Amino acid sequence: MAHFTKATSVKDWLNQRLAIEKVEKVMASEYWIPKNINFLWAMGMILVITFVLLLVSGIFLLMYYQPNVDLAFDSVNYTIMSEVGFGWLWRNIHGVAASVVFLIIYIHMFTGIYYGSYKKGREMIWISGMFLFIAFSAEAFSGYMLPWGQMSYWAGMVITNLFSGGSLHADGLVEWIRGDYVPAQAFLTRFFMLHVLLIPVAIMGLIALHFAALRIPHVNNQDGEEIDFDVESKKYLAGDKVGSKVIRFANDFMSKDMMVVGFYLVFFFYLVFYHYGFAMDPVNFDPADGLKTPTHIYPEWYFLWSYEILRPFSTNIGLMAFAFAQVIFMGLPFLDRSPNAIPASRRGLFKYWFWAMLVNMITLTAMGKLPPEGIFSSIGFYAALSFILLWIALPIITILEKKA
Amino acid sequence: MKNMGRRGFMGKAFGGVAGVGAVAALYAMKKSWDPLPSVKASGFTTLDMSAYKENTLVVEKWRGKPIFVLKYTPAMIAQMNSAQKPRIITIGSASYLVAIGLCTHLGCIPGYKKKEESFLCACHGGTYDLVGNVTKAPPPRALDIPPFKINGNTLVLGEAGPEYKQMKENGITL
Repeated sequence: MAHFTKATSVKDWLNQRLAIEKVEKVMASEYWIPKNINFLWAMGMILVITFVLLLVSGIFLLMYYQPNVDLAFDSVNYTIMSEVGFGWLWRNIHGVAASVVFLIIYIHMFTGIYYGSYKKGREMIWISGMFLFIAFSAEAFSGYMLPWGQMSYWAGMVITNLFSGGSLHADGLVEWIRGDYVPAQAFLTRFFMLHVLLIPVAIMGLIALHFAALRIPHVNNQDGEEIDFDVESKKYLAGDKVGSKVIRFANDFMSKDMMVVGFYLVFFFYLVFYHYGFAMDPVNFDPADGLKTPTHIYPEWYFLWSYEILRPFSTNIGLMAFAFAQVIFMGLPFLDRSPNAIPASRRGLFKYWFWAMLVNMITLTAMGKLPPEGIFSSIGFYAALSFILLWIALPIITILEKKA
Repeated sequence: MKNMGRRGFMGKAFGGVAGVGAVAALYAMKKSWDPLPSVKASGFTTLDMSAYKENTLVVEKWRGKPIFVLKYTPAMIAQMNSAQKPRIITIGSASYLVAIGLCTHLGCIPGYKKKEESFLCACHGGTYDLVGNVTKAPPPRALDIPPFKINGNTLVLGEAGPEYKQMKENGITL
């Protein structure tokens, strides 16, 4: 047993048992962040804050929500919205945060792509991040089932049908996932379980992995400069704070990070109080009816790009294109064959690839929302084709890239 | 085995026991997600076929899915071609369309247009003729026909009778 002495203070007492000073140093005051970064480096903290908002609002919704096909709709739209004190607040926060979190995730992703923050030892950051994206997508989908409105039901029907694998006709698999021939009680209860327990636990584990993946390579910077964190941190601790290229995570970096979070929260709560309608589809205010399909079934905006890759093709090719779109981002660190970990603007053809991909995904998103008719149908088709071609072109253009 | 240390052996023995347990646990988990016996038992629906009116679509329910029942008029039968006729279900002297009312593309419910005598799926614009054959993509195949058994004047859905089995063999339905 280790040697313990009579404690001189509460802090000392805790220090002897939990090494809290050491933990604080490792996690915060001597965790080093480059100075050469901008507000886009605050997206991670914004995502953490948004996740906390989802968790807290979710806890309050969970106390009144009833995962039963006969009660679910009213428990949300009547009990929570008009009986529970401030129930509307939790629902608006939960709905708005579920939508906004994807906006921030996309900004976070494209920041990483632009600055090459997935290369040279940062591959695991990117991969764990993509797993988080998948987990958040599953969380968003399972949550969308819970109000048991028309869009919940029919989105559940269409998405679980994807698992039949087109011509494979794996109807048994679809029925197994649903626990019934159609989305019904078994389906609602199991997606409720996934939404409130299994996927959130997975998300928390993945967040821990995502942060752990960051520790050894450290945060990237605006020039992709390879910083010797040992040398720079010693310089800082020796008193040369101006000459050092790094600052402490807390409180130095955090103070600016939280400033950006502050601006974000003003925008976020503006949406929660005055503009929450975008996160709640009017069609979902009709209770689920298995014998009546809504005229247009479309996913929430953050799934539109991949939905649009599915839509313009025949069933089997569409499913293959869709599956391709779901996994291909995972391979980015290996498909980008260039050794240069610098901003896209200094990387030859990759500069155009980056902007082409961004414009392509925005186009797919817009076309996914519009009815698949006439010119929109053609634009959607060519955009979906371009998406695939861009990924095929990536290894080629990055091999051609000269070393900077 | 000769060169294996005692700890190595214990590790492998544990791995073996745990492996068997893991497989057994996965099997239990898989079975827990299966549709319940009560869900499966309620998977039969009996329709009284004498009650339908000609050229009026009635939507019945079987296993939570909509079932289209359409009694054909003699004029409809007369104009059918050889690709359409095998899909007719004959009970007594009357002829019917009985099909699962879910678009084979992604599962929306097509609407029936009485005047055109055809079905239109509003989700992605697919159309079907009066026997459920595809007349415009994206649906990959005709409307599915549920397993049925003719029992006098009634039709039992969920049970495969000889007429259904024959349709399946001939590739009329999945």
